[in-house]
Amino acid sequence: MSARPNTRGLRLSRRGFLQTSAVAGGGLAVGANLAGLSVEALAAGTIHTPNAWVHIADDNTITLISARSEMGQGVYTSMPMLIAEELNVDVRTVKVLIAPPNTKLYGNALLGGPQLTGGSTSVRDGWEKLRTGGAQVREMLLTAAADQWKVDRGSLKADNGWVTGPSGKKATYGQLAAAASKLPVPEKVALKEPGEFRIVGKRTKRLDTPAKVNGTAEFGIDVKLPGMVYASLEQCPVIGGTVKGFDAAKAKSMPGVLDVVQIPDGVAVIADTYWHAKKAREALVVQWDEGAGAALTDKSMLAGMRAGSSGDKSIPLSPVGDAEGVIKGAKKVVRAEYVMPLLSHSPMEPMNFTASYHDGKVDLIGPTQWQDGAQGTVAKALGVKPEDVSVRTTFLGGGFGRRIDVDFIVQAAQISKAVGKPVKLLWTREDDMTHDFYRPQSLHQLAAALGDDGKPTALTFRMVSQSVTGRVFGLPLEVQDPLMTEAAMAAYEIPATRHEMVKHDAGLRVGYWRSVSHALNAFANESFIDECAAAAGQDPYAYRMSLLTGKPRFANVLKMAAEKSGWGTPVAGRSRGIALMEGYDTYMAQVAEVSMQNGVPVVHKVTVVADLGRMVNPDTVEAQIQSSIVFGLSAALYGEITLDKGRVQQTNFNTYPVVRMNEAPAIDITLVPSTEKPGGIGEPATALIGPAVANAIFAANGKRVRQMPFSADNIARA
Amino acid sequence: MGTRFTVNGRAFDVKAEADTPLLWVIRDEIGLTGTKFGCGVALCGACTVHLDGQPVRSCQTPVSAVAGRKVTTIESLSRNNTHPLQKAWIAHDVPQCGYCQSGQLMSAAALLEKNKNPSDADIDAAMSGNICRCGTYARIKAAIKTAAADMRGAGRPA
Repeated sequence: MSARPNTRGLRLSRRGFLQTSAVAGGGLAVGANLAGLSVEALAAGTIHTPNAWVHIADDNTITLISARSEMGQGVYTSMPMLIAEELNVDVRTVKVLIAPPNTKLYGNALLGGPQLTGGSTSVRDGWEKLRTGGAQVREMLLTAAADQWKVDRGSLKADNGWVTGPSGKKATYGQLAAAASKLPVPEKVALKEPGEFRIVGKRTKRLDTPAKVNGTAEFGIDVKLPGMVYASLEQCPVIGGTVKGFDAAKAKSMPGVLDVVQIPDGVAVIADTYWHAKKAREALVVQWDEGAGAALTDKSMLAGMRAGSSGDKSIPLSPVGDAEGVIKGAKKVVRAEYVMPLLSHSPMEPMNFTASYHDGKVDLIGPTQWQDGAQGTVAKALGVKPEDVSVRTTFLGGGFGRRIDVDFIVQAAQISKAVGKPVKLLWTREDDMTHDFYRPQSLHQLAAALGDDGKPTALTFRMVSQSVTGRVFGLPLEVQDPLMTEAAMAAYEIPATRHEMVKHDAGLRVGYWRSVSHALNAFANESFIDECAAAAGQDPYAYRMSLLTGKPRFANVLKMAAEKSGWGTPVAGRSRGIALMEGYDTYMAQVAEVSMQNGVPVVHKVTVVADLGRMVNPDTVEAQIQSSIVFGLSAALYGEITLDKGRVQQTNFNTYPVVRMNEAPAIDITLVPSTEKPGGIGEPATALIGPAVANAIFAANGKRVRQMPFSADNIARA
Repeated sequence: MGTRFTVNGRAFDVKAEADTPLLWVIRDEIGLTGTKFGCGVALCGACTVHLDGQPVRSCQTPVSAVAGRKVTTIESLSRNNTHPLQKAWIAHDVPQCGYCQSGQLMSAAALLEKNKNPSDADIDAAMSGNICRCGTYARIKAAIKTAAADMRGAGRPA
């Protein structure tokens, strides 16, 4: 295992948004490290920070803070939209800054505290907090103007960057910001009614698009510091292995090489260019102690899951009735086992980070999903104080959960300390694929008793998998991992149910992968309910609907998806599969339209209906659904990481293929108007495309494929 | 004694060894970082540039192979986003993480140089070497059609 990120964030209690905002008040007094802003400007008083979310310069330049990392999901736009709504500024005119690490100011309450981007939480966590942040500053500006003009505060308006008052009095936010910043942050502020929203809920152009179409957007790989050198790191081919010894003589003789250093995770070559470092790395000779993982294969790991081990922990999940008893006495029982493989994240930007160690302090610049985790872990690894570690977050060239881990950040910092220079560490694609934190395998054993009407009278669900939260946050074995149980309890009305979640350490490091356990459990549940429908001789859509009589949001999206997809109206040569789930407070149904060609599915069209409550930017919502479907389809059709002698066998996009444009289905999206609280949308669609396609394969040829990916082999064996 | 060639119309004489991939010369020596590294073996298209007008994978093009030739990168489309493809990318809000988009745009630019009215199949054929893990394919396709119509002077497609 590599270094474990600090867990102090997780132990923070959840706090209400007003408390958080109260803590956030007072600008610089609470010690926000305003990385990215000119220290001179702050010292000169030209930029003011009424609270943690808004910076206003004297010249009325307004900077809004996103406490979440932009990895494609649109927070660079949606977070400012929430603040701007109440601050009454045009979001197209603001600047955006990704927040520096500050757990108190910028922690994610929905995740229990850490300043972490993940779990489709950004909008849900920010919904009230950010609007409150904007409203506080608006009120402070109004108070400052009322004091200055000695007029009734009620006679003033703050709009579009100006405060206006009686008899033509007006001032820009910038002119009032210095005075406003000295006022106490109001704890209670009135927020607009949704009917008054002018920004939230409106299709809004992404603020990061212009920089992403001309090459100027700064990703981690683009960072350059004065005096910076480049590093390429050789890690043990078996994850967790350590260096026994190495011979760097040849590498050191190669062009541009400045140094070769050993760090805990391997041997790094440092050179004047990346290419020189990479070429010289190929000349290294390293002897490894391959460690405990040296004998692992994916097959032995799966066999271990099936057999169980003494370290396993089985934890029930809200049992209802005597499901096992009912199944034992039933005339008709359906049983099935589903298997999910290991997966890599493989974002387009390979892991990298730039670190500069100097005088006991560390500056970190690059793509991360976890700012305070990076700060705390690097501090511990280098023996410095967390407050002496700065983190500036660039754009992320994809995250998908991989950049929650901070292994590559620690490596960059260690190398910088060893060579005494700023260092950019860049992994190769092969490094990235063979040293991931993989989505764990899972095994799902389901059984149901069917009554005379074909409906389930009881269901048992047993899942065996590895707890990611145990590794990342040190969650104790005996505590249920909420990121293992997602979508395990399906919506269907079944009188007796028993769910059992078994934590099993299969020996390979595992990580959060887009939609986490939703993808595992929804594949099992949505395939199995289809199997029950088939056993009952009923239509899979009608069967599901009959089990949703008291679940209106589920029933509504399912019914709409059936209608929009033309369910029940066959298209020659094509078949359809349907799937339904709630995840991240989002209710979603998908219908996949598929034809079989050479024994494998070709997905032509996916119909999606989503009810995610209130939305911030509906265009981004659609983009995230499109994105999730392509991402989930890559996993369903191709995704599989295998191990031999502890070595990951897939090294690049030839052996780990992903969906390309010619394989991407048409995607028809309907968003249900709703006044419910916002749901997350970065992930749920990922989890449903797999079962929708599996069910379409069954409809096409009667083959029930219970193991991803849906390769010709796995389908032929079904 | 280095390798001489032009990038976006400017002449360069670079010192990198002859077998150095053009990608790293462009990024680290010339300092144009819009062109991205994705796979290193011409599987993903993130490093696509034009060589004498043809799209090539710069990660698999040794700098020696471009001596005396014309290289164009994403930075050449326009700095102020006035190229029809950039306008279309903005109109459709194509990018998500954005990392692959330089390569996508350069592949699309090469396509539209030859074909101002590409069919879906033409677009698939020209663009399927470019991976996007964010799955922006539908918007890329729509944006290419918008840009093509703009370049034909035909307004937006029906």
